[in-house]
Amino acid sequence: MNFAEIVRFALRGIGTNKLRSALTMLGILIGVAAVILLVAVGNGSAQAVASRIEALGTNTLTVMSTSRGDGGLTVRVADALDDPMLAPDVKSVSPVVSTSATLTYEGAEHEVASFVGTTATWFAAANFPVASGAAFTADDEAQARRVLVIGQTVAEEMFSGVDPVGRQVTVGGALFTIAGVLGEKSATGFGDANDTVVAPISAVRQVLAGYGPLSSILVEADDAAKVDTVQSQIATVLNQRVPAGSDGSATYRIQNASQLLETQTETADTFTTLLGAVAAISLLVGGIGITNIMLVTVTERTREIGIRKALGAPRRVILTQFLIEATLLSVIGGGLGVAAAMIGSRFSIVGVQPVIVPSSVVLALGVSVVIGLFFGGLPAARAARLRPIDAFRYE
Amino acid sequence: MRPVLDVRELTKVYGRGDTEVRALDGVTLSVDAGEYVAVMGSSGSGKSTLMNILGCLDVPTTGRYLLNGVDVRELSDEQLALARNRLIGFVFQSFNLIPRTSAVANVELPLAYSGMKAAERHRRAMSALDLVGLADRAEHEPNQLSGGQQQRVAVARALVTEPALLLADEPTGNLDSHATEEVLAVLDDLNATGRTIVLITHEEEVGARADRLVKLFDGRISSDAPQRPTGRHAAVVAR
Repeated sequence: MNFAEIVRFALRGIGTNKLRSALTMLGILIGVAAVILLVAVGNGSAQAVASRIEALGTNTLTVMSTSRGDGGLTVRVADALDDPMLAPDVKSVSPVVSTSATLTYEGAEHEVASFVGTTATWFAAANFPVASGAAFTADDEAQARRVLVIGQTVAEEMFSGVDPVGRQVTVGGALFTIAGVLGEKSATGFGDANDTVVAPISAVRQVLAGYGPLSSILVEADDAAKVDTVQSQIATVLNQRVPAGSDGSATYRIQNASQLLETQTETADTFTTLLGAVAAISLLVGGIGITNIMLVTVTERTREIGIRKALGAPRRVILTQFLIEATLLSVIGGGLGVAAAMIGSRFSIVGVQPVIVPSSVVLALGVSVVIGLFFGGLPAARAARLRPIDAFRYE
Repeated sequence: MRPVLDVRELTKVYGRGDTEVRALDGVTLSVDAGEYVAVMGSSGSGKSTLMNILGCLDVPTTGRYLLNGVDVRELSDEQLALARNRLIGFVFQSFNLIPRTSAVANVELPLAYSGMKAAERHRRAMSALDLVGLADRAEHEPNQLSGGQQQRVAVARALVTEPALLLADEPTGNLDSHATEEVLAVLDDLNATGRTIVLITHEEEVGARADRLVKLFDGRISSDAPQRPTGRHAAVVAR
């Protein structure tokens, strides 16, 4: 009795109850596909977050005040950071005043989520280039000219079908001229980055924000590798310039894009593990399905096993036949599951483009095959050991 | 001549203590090649137990069983499978065909387990089916065949390996009189060509077809005598 013959018997065994075999395979298919796909979604979202944070610019540092009320960060502090002696690796320093404001143009109003007052260096540091028109210049800033650069969302909301460059809008009772429109920027997960307006800091303080402390200072390093050096350099300057809090601790915080990236990656990894665990449960359920079906199949066919033994089938052949049946069910189900996951990963799922992790494919397929072999083999081994007469009596 | 089948002081005990049942209580029987033996007895007389032991499906509690001169107790599981495959053809009361499998595939099964090539297997299975008059039903599945036809397929399956011994356990128990006649006629023909047949029945007219009648009562042989077979079909009687 050669192996090919036993495989044929096994195939016939699977074929005799097509619906049940198909449902068993479906269980494994869903389990395997879920594991691969959910891990891929987790992985994809992690990569998406990473690329967005990289788009923010990994060579920038944001200095923020942690003390409430006055004091803290001032324009003088910002000027002090631009010091070639104490902080030689700083490329630019952009003080930022953030406020919210309502723009009015010919009766149309738009509440801007983020109204930023800053210097001309901000555009390069924030990695936010101007798409049409022009950014304001250092001279505009020095003269406190009332010019604006608006984000894509603002342009679409207020000037659909009209070129906004050169138009005048009213902000806080003052007229501002639109100098340019910012390029499209992908969402960072903290609201719409395109719902923003940028103006010279001098003009913003005059008209809207007043001469209080800065919201933050954006510091650009010479390159991404020097971010850590720059961080310690500006920390030295800030420790001299920014008064400590009542308990002696620093009243500022330096936020670093690569730190942000690390935190986000960790979060995404946790997310992936969680998704994978949920999917693993569904794979386990699929495995229990195979176990159940093999138990039922073997029990139901104990009589058939008795007949086969009475006709002279050796134990080995019986065992091999059922093992192959179970393995085929799990391998075919698992293979189809991989195929389904591959197809599924071509589409974006809840806004995330899944990226398949090869090890999850191997793991999911391996687990399903092992489940099939083990739980299919166990009842088969028991049945193959029965004496034919006991197999006949078994009902 | 060495007997095909030789059992000595066979006992089979089921259960233990108060529930102990002695299904066989010292059976000694010897069957020579070419004999047609009918074993009769009421239900509970131990005839099915005897048949299962003779067919190597069950093992006796005590006693010896020589099949073609070989003590089956000394055979390993693998060798027992071989013995069942090569030496014994078994016909069951409930046919025991593999469901959803064509008649010819059922008949081929013992040959497949003996490792024969597919083409040769098919040829032999077809000639066995021809012998029982079912060559035209080869591709039918068991549930498409009548009871008599199913039992004839089972007979074909039992004789396809040309076994030394054909064991039939109430082969006509589930059949009507017409189908009974069909199956018995096949057995008569087989015996006429020299096959050794041991048949179990509780029907007088079936037992009457054999050359030798063994009666079992409460696990013991109560009579064992040769007889003139009656009721065999015309072709054999004419011989």
